[in-house]
Amino acid sequence: MHIDVVELSRLQFAMTAMYHFLFVPLTLGLSILVAIMETVYVMTNRPIWRQMTKFWGSLFGINFVLGVATGITMEFQFGMNWSYYSHYVGDIFGAPLAIEGLMAFFLEATFVGLFFFGWDRMSKVAHMVVTWLVALGSNLSALWILIANGWMQNPVGAQFNPDTMRMEMTSFFDVLFNEVAQAKFVHTVSAGYVTASVFVMGVAAWYILKGRHIELARRSITVASAFGLAASLSVVVLGDESGYSASHTQKMKLASLEAMWDTEEAPAKFTLIGIPDREARETHYAVEIPWVMGLIGTRSLTQEIPGINDLVLQAQDKIRSGLIAYDALMTIRTERANTPPEVRAAFEEHSADLGFAFLLKRYVDDPRSATDAQIAMAADDTVPGVGPLFWAFRIMVGLGFSFIAVMIYFAVTANLRGMRFPRWALRLAVIIIPFPWIAAELGWFVAEFGRQPWTVDGVLPTVLSASRLSVADLLITLAGFVTLYTILFIIEMGLMIKYIRKGPIEDVEETEIWMARHEDRLKNNGGLAEPAE
Amino acid sequence: MILSELIDLDILRVIWWVLLGVLLIGFALTDGFDMGVGALLPFVGKSDVERRVVINTIGPVWEGNQVWFILGGGAIFAAWPPLYAVSFSGFYLAMFTVLAALILRPVGFKYRSKRDSAAWRNGWDWALFVGGAVPALLFGVAVGNVLLGVPFHLSDDLMSFYDGNFFTKFVGLLRPFALLSGVVSLSMLLMHGAAWLTLKTEGPVQIRARTIGTYAGIVAAVTYALAGVWLAFGVEGFHMVGEVPANGPSNPLYNEVARGGSWLAAYSLRPWIVIAPIMGFVGIAMAVMGLRAGREVSTLLWSKLAITGIISSVGLTMFPFILPSIVDPNSSLSVWDSSSSQQTLFVMLVMAVIFVPIILAYTAWVYKVLWGKVTEEEITGSGHSY
Repeated sequence: MHIDVVELSRLQFAMTAMYHFLFVPLTLGLSILVAIMETVYVMTNRPIWRQMTKFWGSLFGINFVLGVATGITMEFQFGMNWSYYSHYVGDIFGAPLAIEGLMAFFLEATFVGLFFFGWDRMSKVAHMVVTWLVALGSNLSALWILIANGWMQNPVGAQFNPDTMRMEMTSFFDVLFNEVAQAKFVHTVSAGYVTASVFVMGVAAWYILKGRHIELARRSITVASAFGLAASLSVVVLGDESGYSASHTQKMKLASLEAMWDTEEAPAKFTLIGIPDREARETHYAVEIPWVMGLIGTRSLTQEIPGINDLVLQAQDKIRSGLIAYDALMTIRTERANTPPEVRAAFEEHSADLGFAFLLKRYVDDPRSATDAQIAMAADDTVPGVGPLFWAFRIMVGLGFSFIAVMIYFAVTANLRGMRFPRWALRLAVIIIPFPWIAAELGWFVAEFGRQPWTVDGVLPTVLSASRLSVADLLITLAGFVTLYTILFIIEMGLMIKYIRKGPIEDVEETEIWMARHEDRLKNNGGLAEPAE
Repeated sequence: MILSELIDLDILRVIWWVLLGVLLIGFALTDGFDMGVGALLPFVGKSDVERRVVINTIGPVWEGNQVWFILGGGAIFAAWPPLYAVSFSGFYLAMFTVLAALILRPVGFKYRSKRDSAAWRNGWDWALFVGGAVPALLFGVAVGNVLLGVPFHLSDDLMSFYDGNFFTKFVGLLRPFALLSGVVSLSMLLMHGAAWLTLKTEGPVQIRARTIGTYAGIVAAVTYALAGVWLAFGVEGFHMVGEVPANGPSNPLYNEVARGGSWLAAYSLRPWIVIAPIMGFVGIAMAVMGLRAGREVSTLLWSKLAITGIISSVGLTMFPFILPSIVDPNSSLSVWDSSSSQQTLFVMLVMAVIFVPIILAYTAWVYKVLWGKVTEEEITGSGHSY
């Protein structure tokens, strides 16, 4: 297998997926924020809330379209670039993708057209329902994609079938309620809500700094900071939940992103910062906090967390066990129905480790002929890039905590100080606009890079998953995607900035008439306003 | 789960083969007119306002329509993993071209009218043309290649290998019969797009659409007939050798396949399938007459019938094959050896039975809300259009 093709395929997948995820988080969060604003409009009938809905809705639209466009690539790229992966796990992985289309994407895509075109064609309440359906569709979409991705991290509810040479689903229920998938789903959508909140707050803060659209901007910050506070708490709590589930499902990933080289006595210490050194298998200049790692990882003071070195040794054992399964598989494949029962039995016993034998395919065509040195090398391959993971994880977590602080400040100021935000805080809100995107991309990096060398943890190595394409194929499509995506990015940013500069269409007269009537009703109704009219 | 054993594997396979057809037809019926309209755009709309009218006829619905394509991809992945794995990696650069064209399309709809510059708008109009015409053509070319057989083989590990280098792999798809199929599909979707514009527009745009649509329909009928004759005399078919267990494991290498004979032998084996090509020809004939007479709703329905007939005819002719291999017939994928497991097919069927009716219901509601012609006054008067 040409490593170049695998590496280029990985590069292309990483690039197109991370690019796609520039648009997804904003879609997830902004759809809900817009729906909340429109609900306030329907309940109070105040024109300013309709103006807010339409304005943030227009930015939502510019972003949404690129999310859809780049999502097309994602749906087909598995087959194009990862054809053995598609064959090997399609029986499980394909199902959530198809259900995503049926249950979620159809909903969001069908109603998003009405969101923009339906303002004059239906009642206020009907339009609000449409907006909520778009938000529901987007978020359900994330659910199914993360069930698919969660299965790659923790492949439950499936079993290898020697006749079809692939993994097959044994329990849809297990795939659905995979603990990794559930934690990841809430973590990811919450990250999207934080992203949208920071975006709305930043843009609104810029208006206040410029002295424009002040009333609309203040209300936008108020809604976004309340929503963002809940979301930023949830993102950190569920991130912790992901870490906890990794302690028993993806031990190597957890050990690597914490740079835990050796198994320590429980409760393990936490390395706050340091410089992991893979060659020397130690972390230089480490700043350590006792007990914390053990508490996060196991939620106990007595359970051990295995270190990288021990896990490599375990991987060697699994490779040897996998080789027994592989040998039996070769017999089953030639004998088919005539396979001796003891060979079948040996296969069943060791089939869970079959994937580890495949790790040897990087070095030899027939894993059974591997030397001890090659087995050791393959076991060593199970350690992902510790340094990048260690730092990516720390930056992501640091950003996550800082979002909580920002949200608390703005939510308190909005509610207790009558939405009078000081200028320094507004400037800060503008500056931090890009940060949630950085945190989200780093999160995906930790999840996917941390799973290497596997596409499906412990089941299928990345090297084996790629399509048998040529380097020329890959270079053509990579160049094509880079060109197309760069042009689209420039256009999208241009339009985003243009529409932000242009600002909401405020109908001042309409708002004033409404305010006058509102005041009038307050006087005549003994202080009680009728909200709907 | 024991539930999944309620329906036998062979039945599930046939159901999912039908559903695959339903999804592809659903895609062609809905997104098909979006592609047709995109390809017609520079020709039926002369002024900027006219082009905006054309774009706004599909503006609110193309996103939902496109999901048929995405869902088609997802359903092939879930129900026919070997087909997904072999076809998309095999048609690699052609797929990339389709994706690039389809990516241009949503962006074109959304961004075109956001700037006033004439060069900007004209540029996007041609991008929309490419986004409509190129996939419409290439989908047909792909179908033509499937009928001819595709140069791939499977290893004992069921890993797929596609013969040829990157150049011959792409250019090799453009075989004469495949190109003819491409013309069938492009002209069929142009006719469909014209039928849509007849319903949704008025005045000069509608008249131009009806003229082009008439010609496109005639081309579609002639090329479809030609392709049939070519299949009868110039293309070798495939057939299964020996008894094929319909309940067997999904491993294509377990079954023996040979070339020889004609695909059209299916029509003597299952004479009733002749209904599909008849639907194709009748549908085109009625749609063309409708376009000339200016009938609106019925023309679109006849055009839908034509597309349903033409696409079904391909699937019914090839049954049970879904992707035959020209270099190693034994690697050919068929309904009996390329599906997902019983469990997955069953779960997916339950999902489809629940959600497809819901999708159809809300899609119908959206079209109802948007019912009526798109006019120049409406576009220039409201802020809610492209």
